[in-house]
Amino acid sequence: MEHTVVSASKFNAWFGDNHVVKDVTIGIEKNQVIAVMGPSGCGKTTFLRCINRMHELIPGATAKGSLKLYDDEVYTMNPIYVRYKIGMVFQRPNPFPNLSIYDNVVAGYKLNGLKMAKADMDVIVEKSLTSAALWKEVKDSLHKKGTFLSGGQQQRLCIARAIAMEPEVILFDEPTSALDPISTSSVEQLFHELKENYTLIIVTHNMQQAARVSDKTAFFYMGELVEFDDTKQMFTAPTDVRTQNYITGRFS
Amino acid sequence: MDARIGIRNTKSMLFKGLIVFLAFLITIPLIIVLLYIIKQGVTQVNWHFLTHVPAPVGEAGGGISNALIGSFIMVIMSSIIAIPVGMFAGIYLSENPHTKLAYYSGLCVDILQGVPSIVVGIVVYFWIVKPLGTFSALSGSIALSIMMLPIVIRSTEQTLRLLPPSLKEAALSLGVPYHRVIMKVIVPCGFAGILSGIMLSVARIIGETAPLLFTAFGNPYLSTSITKPMESLPHLIFTYATSPYDEWHNLAWGASFILLMFVLVLNIFTKLITRKWNIQL
Repeated sequence: MEHTVVSASKFNAWFGDNHVVKDVTIGIEKNQVIAVMGPSGCGKTTFLRCINRMHELIPGATAKGSLKLYDDEVYTMNPIYVRYKIGMVFQRPNPFPNLSIYDNVVAGYKLNGLKMAKADMDVIVEKSLTSAALWKEVKDSLHKKGTFLSGGQQQRLCIARAIAMEPEVILFDEPTSALDPISTSSVEQLFHELKENYTLIIVTHNMQQAARVSDKTAFFYMGELVEFDDTKQMFTAPTDVRTQNYITGRFS
Repeated sequence: MDARIGIRNTKSMLFKGLIVFLAFLITIPLIIVLLYIIKQGVTQVNWHFLTHVPAPVGEAGGGISNALIGSFIMVIMSSIIAIPVGMFAGIYLSENPHTKLAYYSGLCVDILQGVPSIVVGIVVYFWIVKPLGTFSALSGSIALSIMMLPIVIRSTEQTLRLLPPSLKEAALSLGVPYHRVIMKVIVPCGFAGILSGIMLSVARIIGETAPLLFTAFGNPYLSTSITKPMESLPHLIFTYATSPYDEWHNLAWGASFILLMFVLVLNIFTKLITRKWNIQL
């Protein structure tokens, strides 16, 4: 159990009266890639956004139940601290358009007003960009605006920005749905390298992607966690009929 | 059938001709005003004109330094009042568009924008000039800042509303507290738009006469005290243009020229800034 990073038990979330996440119980282990899949509107993104408490930022959104980061209850921690520990990468690349590539990487420090020596910052920038497989491409243009990069590069910049904070967990909300196939495969490559140091939770629409990148897969349907198992097991011999129907394309 | 099409084409041509003609026509009054003021005013302007106070009747020379400095001081003071208030109110309106407070305060902003400037002057007269017992630059600045507010608020609100919500989410997901998200990400990204709103509001109030008539009043001498009456460019133009003396008329023309140039330059700058500093999202 000590390897469990994020665990939920009987966790529920609502938008107003709309019950979108129902009694989810799950335990996510350290240094794994977890794919969360399911049809549109099944609550997978909402669940993801609950983990770093981004869900509650939407007016009318509420959550109930237990959700833990290690042994700490996420919903009694300060949300700011939760978001230090749990990074996030969004559907569309969203680098800060007013900041350079360099400043984008250390945005988590600069925007929070954390003072740091220039040399330390240089180290973080190089390390994070290297981990995000972007260093070679941008090392000569670190002081250009981040928005000059291509979509795939921007997304890797956003990954570097999340890594720079050295979080425990990184959440990905359909991170490749706005990217072309080549950028997609470079981001997918990254997942394999990142799991050495981080735990990744990836929401995806794309079943092939889930099969390619993840160690374990969670299948959500109508707000419920239907099945959570090793990815191989899930794609070859799912135990629930709904999972089987989804994987074989009976509905989407 | 062919004849019908011919008639239709002719109608379209006539319509197109009409709108082109009218679009051209509306530029004429502006050009006439510009040319006339330049012709009358440009000859008045020289170093002496800019650095001296108006001369008494019968004396040659004299300038508008009291009005230049007065206008400058009052614009700065109204900006100090109106920019922070307007910006923060605009931020609230763009951040919470669906609250009751936003609805009513937005409504008030729209109404305030429509209030005639002379009414603003009267209100400030009763609220500030009367209790203090004297006309003052301070009361003039307050009247002008009330004129500035709606423009600053609306331009801030509209600029910030165009920013994608993903930008805010990016900052929040890094654990940045809300006030820093606004001040370090949202406002800098909308900076060009906010600044152009501020500059347009300055261009608007610099030529306002009515709110100053019973607040800053006017002063034929150079004064930098904000508790005393102070001259301003539009008020100087009003006083001297309605006087019966030719020298004073010339002074008014010169001042009109300076005022016009200032507004023109401010507008051109605003256009340049929005183009140059606009952030590519």
